[in-house]
Amino acid sequence: MVVWAVLLLILALAAVGYQLGKQRALAASSRSGQPLHSLPSYYGYYVALWCALPALALVTLWLVLEPRLVEALLVNALSAEQQSLSPAQLGLMLSDIRNLARGDVASQVADPMMLQAAAHYRHLLLVSRIALAVLGVALAIAGLTWARRKIVPRLRARNQVEAVIRGFLIASSTLAILTTVGIIFSLVFEAVRFFLRISPIDFLFGTEWSPQIALRAGQVAGSGLFGAIPLFVGTLLISFIALCVAMPVGLLSAIYMSEYAHRRVRAVIKPLLEILAGIPTVVYGFFAALTVAPFVRQTGEQVGLVISSESALAAGLVMGVMIIPFVSSLSDDVITAVPRAMREGSYGLGATQSETIMRVVIPAALPGIVGGFLLAASRAIGETMIVVMAAGLAANLTVNPLQAVTTVTVQIATLLVGDQEFDSSKTLAAFALGLVLFFVTLALNIIALRIVKAYREQYE
Amino acid sequence: MSVLRTAAAASLVNPGSTVMPGSIHGPLLTPTPEPTFVTTNVDVYYATKQALKGVSLSIYRHEVTALIGPSGCGKSTYLRCLNRMNDTIDTCRVTGSLLLDGQDIYAREMDVVHLRARVGMVFQKPNPFPKSIYENVAYGPRIHGLASDRQYLDEIVFGSLEKAGLLSEVKDRLDQPGTSLSGGQQQRLCIARAIAVQPEVILMDEPCSALDPIATARIEELIDELRTNYTIVIVTHSMQQAARVSQRTGFFHLGVLVETDDTEKIFTNPRDKRTQDYITGRFG
Repeated sequence: MVVWAVLLLILALAAVGYQLGKQRALAASSRSGQPLHSLPSYYGYYVALWCALPALALVTLWLVLEPRLVEALLVNALSAEQQSLSPAQLGLMLSDIRNLARGDVASQVADPMMLQAAAHYRHLLLVSRIALAVLGVALAIAGLTWARRKIVPRLRARNQVEAVIRGFLIASSTLAILTTVGIIFSLVFEAVRFFLRISPIDFLFGTEWSPQIALRAGQVAGSGLFGAIPLFVGTLLISFIALCVAMPVGLLSAIYMSEYAHRRVRAVIKPLLEILAGIPTVVYGFFAALTVAPFVRQTGEQVGLVISSESALAAGLVMGVMIIPFVSSLSDDVITAVPRAMREGSYGLGATQSETIMRVVIPAALPGIVGGFLLAASRAIGETMIVVMAAGLAANLTVNPLQAVTTVTVQIATLLVGDQEFDSSKTLAAFALGLVLFFVTLALNIIALRIVKAYREQYE
Repeated sequence: MSVLRTAAAASLVNPGSTVMPGSIHGPLLTPTPEPTFVTTNVDVYYATKQALKGVSLSIYRHEVTALIGPSGCGKSTYLRCLNRMNDTIDTCRVTGSLLLDGQDIYAREMDVVHLRARVGMVFQKPNPFPKSIYENVAYGPRIHGLASDRQYLDEIVFGSLEKAGLLSEVKDRLDQPGTSLSGGQQQRLCIARAIAVQPEVILMDEPCSALDPIATARIEELIDELRTNYTIVIVTHSMQQAARVSQRTGFFHLGVLVETDDTEKIFTNPRDKRTQDYITGRFG
């Protein structure tokens, strides 16, 4: 409650500061006859920022440090006997006191000393909050007064406000980057722990994948084999099948949409195709497992092929359908972006429409189309749900699309599903696989974006 | 394809049966050339908007015909009727008679591909393909199957670059992209590209409007040289350019062909008040 009140008060002070700053700037300008360096509102923002930012920073810092400070004071007030408890027991007792203070635990059952400690805790907290309120508001007022006094017509208020805005934007983007960096580091650290147990060479070049290990003494299980080659091969096989479906279908439908289709037809077809990207992958998954896989197997039987009910082919086909929009939408955009002058130049030489498309439009749009392919590929490699349901879990080292295979993502999912020890080789293997996957898709995305960018520079 | 092309070449030797006795308006030019294009009462509509109204104009062999007039007067529209480039615009409708060597351009049996091979086009903004300089020029001969072997194709490419006055500047870098050339060079590359198909007529839609004065002078010189082998129709906003390069000029205004005559007469002694106002800069 106190904290919210303080925050509101600071914001109100900032609003007041805005008005004061603006008025003072106008008054100073008319008194001295000097023109203002910036627009009056910038002086207002200048004062408001000086009022709010330091105070808000103080509140944040206070709230971060407060629990430790209060805890330290509380421990100090406890009896010597209690202080000599082991850290774990002390922690338990402190959390009891906190619960008691909050009223979460019925106070009848607690002993008087605990009640006393809880009362002391409440008291400390109250003091802390009051101090926070007083200091925060005081700092806000001090900032306001100081900034207001600094206002003279020559003050470069606009530049300073812009600098603050820039700093704010930088902080926002840094946050996103830091999150990514954090994820990478957690992947790297866990993967390193994994590689301390299993050598990277065995992992990257081993051909047997069998991660079942004994979780407790006496359990009968394998010792775990972590050769990831079957997973890589399975991933590549399914992605390859998917791209074999998506690249021709996507590109040809993009050519139809951008070159042949009437505007009204295009307005209908394009969103319809893009719906494919909006279908949840789990739906694709059971479509693959329950519709496509049996169909594939029955078709195989009719021509005398033995196809397992979970096959790379079924998963790859459905995944191919899923990534069609990635190819078609991007290709359509880049083909449409090829300047009209280019087409007219070709028509003007007596080329037919198909000659123009094949020899001028597609080559001109090629970098963008390739970029689309690569993005689709990285999507296919990272896809999990369809493969879990349709391709199976058996880590067969095979390039035969009629057999069951498994992929990196599927194994990550199965390694972490259910109750697991989080420091066994089995769960740590998931991080190692994740790291490999991350680098592959990152590389693909970087290459794709580079190519698309190179293409853009050509026409702008 | 190559059979069609041979037919096109033959029609060069065997001119059309229609021979118009000179310009509709002015006196006969001496010596009397026969017209390549005879167009009568051409109307063009974009959806419901009429862009050209009853344009009748003849274009003569081995002459440069300039089409002048204020923006939006229909001169580019007229030009684009001559090789049916207007076909690429869905809403465009053309009526009237347009004859190329006596053949109706808009007849059902006229093959557009064939027509555009005979009537080449150079655009306002240089638009080389994103290919090498060599491939840009070789594009037309390739799609029309003009060259049976590489050696003959080389001959066509080098010959076309030579005629476009570009060979000496690019012969050491034929494998570089066409877009790496300067604006003026790109436009000459586009002219070479058009020449390589061995057309009879070259249409030029404001070919110098994106170029600097030096590049413009170079193109104008080239147009004058090309006149000996080709019939040229040029749309231009620059009256000086029309006066410099053309033998015959047509003045368009609000979709109507106001006046057409020898260039010299148009610029010294126009018959129509509107023409006079335009060339003296009173409107436009």
